[in-house]
Amino acid sequence: MTIQSNGHSENPIKIPKIKFTKLFINGEFVDSISGKTFETIDPRNGEVIARVAEGDKADVDLAVKVAREAFDQGQWPRMTGFERGRIMMKFADLIDESIEELAAIDAIDAGKLFTSGKAVDIPSVANMIRYYAGAADKIHGQMLKMSRPFQAYTLREPIGVVGHIIPWNFPSTMFFMKVAPALAAGCTMIVKPAEQTPLSALYYAHLAKLAGIPDGVLNVVTGYGSTAGAAISSHMDIDMVSFTGSTEVGRLVMQAAAQSNLKPVSLELGGKSPLIIFNDADVDSAVNLALLGILYNKGEICVAGSRVYVQEGIYDEFVRKAAAKAKTWVVGDPFDPRSQQGPQVDKTQFDKILSYIEHGKREGATLLTGGKPCCEKGYYIEPTIFTDVKEDMLVVKDEIFGPVMSLMKFESVEEAIERANNTRYGLAAGIVTKDLNLANRVSRSIRAGIIWINCYFAFDNDCPYGGYKMSGFGRDNGLNSLDKYLQVKSVVTPIHNSPWL
Amino acid sequence: MATRRISSLLSRPFAASSLRSLGRNSSWSRGIYRFSTATATEEVITPPVQVEHTQLLINGQFVDAASGRTFPTLDPRTGEVIAHVAEGEDEDINRAVSAARKAFDEGPWPKMTAYERSRIIYRFADLLEKHNDEIAAIETWDNGKPYEQSAKVEIPMLTRLFRYYAGWADKIHGLTVPADGPYHVQTLHEPIGVAGQIIPWNFPLLMYAWKVGPALACGNAVVLKTAEQTPLSALYVSKLFHEAGLPPGVLNVISGFGPTAGAALASHMDVEKVAFTGSTDTGKIVLELAARSNLKKVTLELGGKSPFIVCEDADIDKAVELAHFALFFNQGQCCCAGSRTFVHENVYDEFIEKAKARAMKRVVGDPFKKGVEQGPQIDAEQLEKVLKYIRAGIECGATLETGGERFGTKGYFIQPTVFSNVEDGMPIATDEIFGPVQSILKFKDLDDVIRRANKSRYGLAAGVFTKNIETANTLMRALRVGTVWINCFDVFDAAIPFGGYKMSGQGREKGIYSLSNYLQVKAVVSPLKNPAWL
Repeated sequence: MTIQSNGHSENPIKIPKIKFTKLFINGEFVDSISGKTFETIDPRNGEVIARVAEGDKADVDLAVKVAREAFDQGQWPRMTGFERGRIMMKFADLIDESIEELAAIDAIDAGKLFTSGKAVDIPSVANMIRYYAGAADKIHGQMLKMSRPFQAYTLREPIGVVGHIIPWNFPSTMFFMKVAPALAAGCTMIVKPAEQTPLSALYYAHLAKLAGIPDGVLNVVTGYGSTAGAAISSHMDIDMVSFTGSTEVGRLVMQAAAQSNLKPVSLELGGKSPLIIFNDADVDSAVNLALLGILYNKGEICVAGSRVYVQEGIYDEFVRKAAAKAKTWVVGDPFDPRSQQGPQVDKTQFDKILSYIEHGKREGATLLTGGKPCCEKGYYIEPTIFTDVKEDMLVVKDEIFGPVMSLMKFESVEEAIERANNTRYGLAAGIVTKDLNLANRVSRSIRAGIIWINCYFAFDNDCPYGGYKMSGFGRDNGLNSLDKYLQVKSVVTPIHNSPWL
Repeated sequence: MATRRISSLLSRPFAASSLRSLGRNSSWSRGIYRFSTATATEEVITPPVQVEHTQLLINGQFVDAASGRTFPTLDPRTGEVIAHVAEGEDEDINRAVSAARKAFDEGPWPKMTAYERSRIIYRFADLLEKHNDEIAAIETWDNGKPYEQSAKVEIPMLTRLFRYYAGWADKIHGLTVPADGPYHVQTLHEPIGVAGQIIPWNFPLLMYAWKVGPALACGNAVVLKTAEQTPLSALYVSKLFHEAGLPPGVLNVISGFGPTAGAALASHMDVEKVAFTGSTDTGKIVLELAARSNLKKVTLELGGKSPFIVCEDADIDKAVELAHFALFFNQGQCCCAGSRTFVHENVYDEFIEKAKARAMKRVVGDPFKKGVEQGPQIDAEQLEKVLKYIRAGIECGATLETGGERFGTKGYFIQPTVFSNVEDGMPIATDEIFGPVQSILKFKDLDDVIRRANKSRYGLAAGVFTKNIETANTLMRALRVGTVWINCFDVFDAAIPFGGYKMSGQGREKGIYSLSNYLQVKAVVSPLKNPAWL
């Protein structure tokens, strides 16, 4: 059984009053043109937190118009990178001043742990903005080496109006992973947050205005993917779209881009990331890493280590210890500091995960631990581990996006590599070994965008990540992420009598 | 939004229009003299700041020199003593190096994350911004440069430079490197260790930023020796740096003289890097001391005799104004001063008339007075040196168009001086004068001017004035100098690298290039077994 915290009733944290529920367009909070709203739900109890303006195509059109104007005529791309950076530094400072409130908003809207939001997620987004603020005046083109008497150079220009469509699993981190580099590059933008978690994005829009980001540069249109999201990806006046979410929706975004104005697309999609644990690993710390890899953020993370491969020499010990450890995992109210795992984001997600668990059982996998909902209300699920799973089972092939681990045994490194790569995804991978040669070999062999050796989830502002294969393309984080918000323009002119070429 | 580009402030509104118009306005010009009409400076304005720090800064503490000795730092407006400053020598350098060594080998600075280092540097920049006016007052008092230039351009630029380097700290990237066989190769960009830095008196704090900013962003520890003429401002701001959270020992500041403190630093066996800005003669000594001691890496930013080339098609009025600015800015005490003004023969006469008229309008006076464009030279030695060159110019047969003498009887002021009919071999065309002396030369065509412009032992910078893209492209590649300014001059953004060809030095400061002065590159190689690709 799983330990359940019941911190909810004695919860000492004051739930903040929700201040921003309207669309943010051209520096103002406005109702949607249709006047429609939708409910955003507290996943701890299924209750309505607030009604939020429901943007659709007409609102996106309006937001694009002002973003276009802000880009084509406005000061944002015309000020120096340093000046943009200064405003972004102010933005980061304002977030630092509201950490508690923002962490609470993400906790009630997304079911994220309040304590870690306050200690990690929200301070990290401020740091991320500072990172890109410092990058804004360091975007260099190149002087080129021409094969004839020409002088040529590249300009890296802001790409223009950007559409960002972001998911609900890390509402704050995803917002800034997209927005911060785009702002640094000098773009203007429309952000569509997930309909499950619209609240912190609107709060950030408010802070952006306070920080001095000019009106029209950053617009937030809350709403659904099939309406507002589709309007963004098919818009003729948006120059680039950046999407994080499921592979299925990523495909739609790319199709819409192809059918409209061929806008470049950056996709950060699903994953089914392997964690490969070799015989020489310390089993206790490997168990901890594996559980963290699948249970962090209740498994709602695209890089979750959802396929755990353990070498045969330590497999039995690993299984025993993993089961024991999973049973001590504390699932409960995200405001309870003892909680290690909050509720899934919504009922749809909750039902989907439970149906995968049922499917796994039907396919013949052994349920080592968990497998059921827990807590009397809300969308909580026990940490779940399947053993005796086969590569062709759905629980191994599909991204479940929940606290469900498939635990498998392997013999040789060749086998581990082959099975780890036997997926349509390629987002991340973990390796646990003390052997340098193994670590080097496996890290080059796994076809994934980030490899963590003896660690997992080691994200960093300076460290790019993104997908191989159907996990998407383009990179978020690091200086690489600036690339997708910049056009490269080559400028060429003849030169005469140059003393060197 | 509040940033001021040095280019826009200096070359246009600040130098060209605002000050000039202020100078013409009688209500502003009480006590300000155009040099040609003035006889002396009036009453000396009391600087609005107290001198608080005159000791050496070692290991986070202000301390007296080991010898107990001090030296006076003088107000160049009057020659009077501002303060007596601790005089660092051998033993003080040893102490500072040992503090820096400890801070680097054992201290938190290189071990903290680059992001944490960047936060401390950002906080320092915030403090600089807060104390902008006091810092500017100290700078002007000790150096003699116009207060408006300090307060509105240089100190904001100082702040901006530290913000720039703060942003670099967490973006210093090594490479993974292709190998010819089954090897994994990576480069680690590591801080070098203890860096010795020796800075000049002409831009005390901007030189401080050019040196200290990249060294600390890369994680080094520093021993800085300031110029004996201008020790005060570095002590003031370094105190603020410690308030911002800089750990003790990371930045040590030694006031003192070149032959003692400077030489001790350049020849120290525990200093792994030395960066020097100053004269070519001293640069040679620094390089030699490094060679004789531990072969420490050297960056040198030395003298110049930079050509400013005005082509036939140039907008003459703008060219006159910018050529004037290029030479006279900072009392002519700029290593990159446009000190050889080459003018095409077809526009030469017009240019001379206008350059002379502009120089005659230059407002010389107490640098604390609003509207003053030119303060005193740094000290009596410089004053004498500049006057000696002026005499040499006259003796060689160049035409003295205006100026040529000391201005007033007190302090180290010199009249803005313009020579025409200057020939290539004259000392005023070959030597770095480092004063308000413009030498104007005539040229025939591009080939002529390229050959003559490059016929210098220096190669720091050049200005090119033309509307023609072909001319601009030809000159920018043909001139053997580290910076070419086309239709502008002295644009000194944080990101723009600066440094010399030939005897103007080695290495580049500012920009991404400056980081390499303070980083070791370590290649790490290990075999790969059965890699999936190579």
